[in-house]
Amino acid sequence: MNNVINGVPLNYYILLSAILFTIGVLGVLFRRNAIIIFMCIELMLNAVNLLLVAFSRYLSDSSGQVFVFFIMAVAAAEVAVGLAILTMIYRNTKSSDIDVLNKLKW
Amino acid sequence: MVVNYVWLIPLFPLLGFLITGLLNRKLSKGLTGIVACGSIAASFVVSLLIFLHENSTHAIVNVPLFDWITSGTFKAGFSFLVDPLSALFLMIITGVGFLIHVYSTGYMHDDDGFRRFFSYLNLFIFFMLLLVLGNNYLIMFVGWEGVGLCSYLLIGFWFKNTSYNNAAKKAFIMNRIGDLGFLLGILLIFTTFGSITYKDVFAQASGFGANNPTIIAITLLLFIGAIGKSAQIPLYTWLPDAMAGPTPVSALIHAATMVTAGIYMIARSNVLYSLAPVSMEVVAGIGLFTAIFGATIGIFQNDIKKVLAYSTVSQLGYMFLGLGVGAYSGAVFHVATHAFFKALLFLGSGSVIHAMSGEQDIRKMGGLKKHLPITHITFLIGTIAISGIPPFAGFFSKDEILAHAFAHNNFFWILGLVGSLMTCFYMFRLYFLTFHGKFRGTHEQEHHLHESPSSMTIPLMVLAVLAMVGGFMGVPDALMRNSHWLSGFLSPVLGLSFTGLSESKELSLMIISVALLVVVIGLAHVVYVKRGQLPAEEGAEISPLQKVVYNKYYVDEIYEMLITKPLNMISSIFDRIIESKFIDGIVNGVGTMVNKASGGLRLMQTGHIGFYLFAMVLSIVLMLFVKFF
Repeated sequence: MNNVINGVPLNYYILLSAILFTIGVLGVLFRRNAIIIFMCIELMLNAVNLLLVAFSRYLSDSSGQVFVFFIMAVAAAEVAVGLAILTMIYRNTKSSDIDVLNKLKW
Repeated sequence: MVVNYVWLIPLFPLLGFLITGLLNRKLSKGLTGIVACGSIAASFVVSLLIFLHENSTHAIVNVPLFDWITSGTFKAGFSFLVDPLSALFLMIITGVGFLIHVYSTGYMHDDDGFRRFFSYLNLFIFFMLLLVLGNNYLIMFVGWEGVGLCSYLLIGFWFKNTSYNNAAKKAFIMNRIGDLGFLLGILLIFTTFGSITYKDVFAQASGFGANNPTIIAITLLLFIGAIGKSAQIPLYTWLPDAMAGPTPVSALIHAATMVTAGIYMIARSNVLYSLAPVSMEVVAGIGLFTAIFGATIGIFQNDIKKVLAYSTVSQLGYMFLGLGVGAYSGAVFHVATHAFFKALLFLGSGSVIHAMSGEQDIRKMGGLKKHLPITHITFLIGTIAISGIPPFAGFFSKDEILAHAFAHNNFFWILGLVGSLMTCFYMFRLYFLTFHGKFRGTHEQEHHLHESPSSMTIPLMVLAVLAMVGGFMGVPDALMRNSHWLSGFLSPVLGLSFTGLSESKELSLMIISVALLVVVIGLAHVVYVKRGQLPAEEGAEISPLQKVVYNKYYVDEIYEMLITKPLNMISSIFDRIIESKFIDGIVNGVGTMVNKASGGLRLMQTGHIGFYLFAMVLSIVLMLFVKFF
């Protein structure tokens, strides 16, 4: 198993992570459902996590993995708050479409 | 040693000012008078002790109090200098000041601003003492500005009257012009000598040699300051207007003390002036011109205080003439005698005005001799003293100045003599019109005529005695050998000055001038008593020449036209064009621009989250782009 992971070149990890990140960005830009946007943000975070772990392994420096644990912990907290907000929005507007939330403007 | 307590002298008036000024209404009038007069009396006692000490030792003592400003190489210590010159001025300021304070308790008794008046007067004495006591030019400048402030406050003392306020502003602004010259002079002194202490400056100055351009520039700049403060041509017009203040103020500030600050300053800087003969010539010329100019105007004035004001301008001119021809101790001598007799005359005129219920026009007076006997006698003594009849005070000091002027340039002497004859004429004209003949005022005024209270007459009598015997502190060698006490007393500071004239020549000059003075008095007597001639009424036909002089040569009008009006015009142009178009335009333009721009940018906030996210991503991409490419 270890050998398999070691056998994958670093470039592949970078490429995969870039693809995941791009999907996340595009999702955030083009989808209108708040939950999906939320998931896309998570996707971006995890793309970065993947990259961090890959580099950590590649450079034999465990601090990258420590970062990943921090990011996971923070992301978990963020998800808890974010989902709570989304629930409240849905209760008030009966919708999870972000375009409904356009009252706060000039 | 008594000299070490010199700081007490200015401290007392300062305390007096604080007490009368801060407690104000809480203090009864009587108590205010006691505090104000008592503080000056205390200063006088200390001054007297120091004066006696100086008289026996002639020591020049520096009394450091504390370091005031230290910045780089610039040092200004708050130190006092006690020497014969400052000791003499201390005596004049506290002595005459005390008498005038006592007089004021009577003169201002019914005034609402009684307490305010005394607090200002005490503050004035404080600053004047600072001016003469400082051991460097900066302390002198502080006192100089302080007395200017008090002068302003006291001229505009009756601030409900607009013309009085204007007179106060005029005095302040004209003084400011001179002060700028003084300040520049001090700065030039510092850049040249690296110090502003008299001792250091004078010690170094002698190394510069005569006719050094820097020294000439310094002395001329200092003289500009003196012109402003001591009311010389062309900055004299504020002094006659300053008569708007209460009469004791005119006596103290605008005759006896403050206006002589310019003479003190030049006498103090005599080392510098002696190195700059050009500046001396300028000082003498302006002094002489002012002396005659002031005297001619004095002849045609009808306001009792205005006559005395122009006489002060003229007498100050004599002092500058004395300084200019090198008679430093003569000029200081004249300061002292002038303080006595001019304070006496002003206080006497105050007593007359008091009796006449505020009337100042001599055409409405006359015959006051029998109603105001003490005022009459003292005023007569003052008149004789200022005219220069021996053995009264004015004779000795004026004679000394004129003798030096003769030695310097015969022509100066002739002009000086003409001026002194005119002085004699207008003073006796004033005296005869006021005290002789028939009373010309209203019946009501005549009924009201009364001699002033003793708080006013006692200072008059003391000053009259001083005006009689004050001259004996400087009897010329021509009359009595080695009896010129004053020049010996001042010699450590001012040096000894000799006219170089033979005694017989000096004596003959005196005889000529006294003989002519007697003729002039006779003339005035014939015109104003025997023939009972009166000055023309307002609006009456008078010869053009007379009219020009009566209107003070239209100097005020000329200044108004040449300086005030163009300045007002320029400032109104600046107001209308530069100020409202350019400056306001820039300020308001910036505001409008920010307003418009933000009004436009505001629309970016659409409320669409998708747009915000898009803008965010785009900005991050741009930032990365800028960073890496």
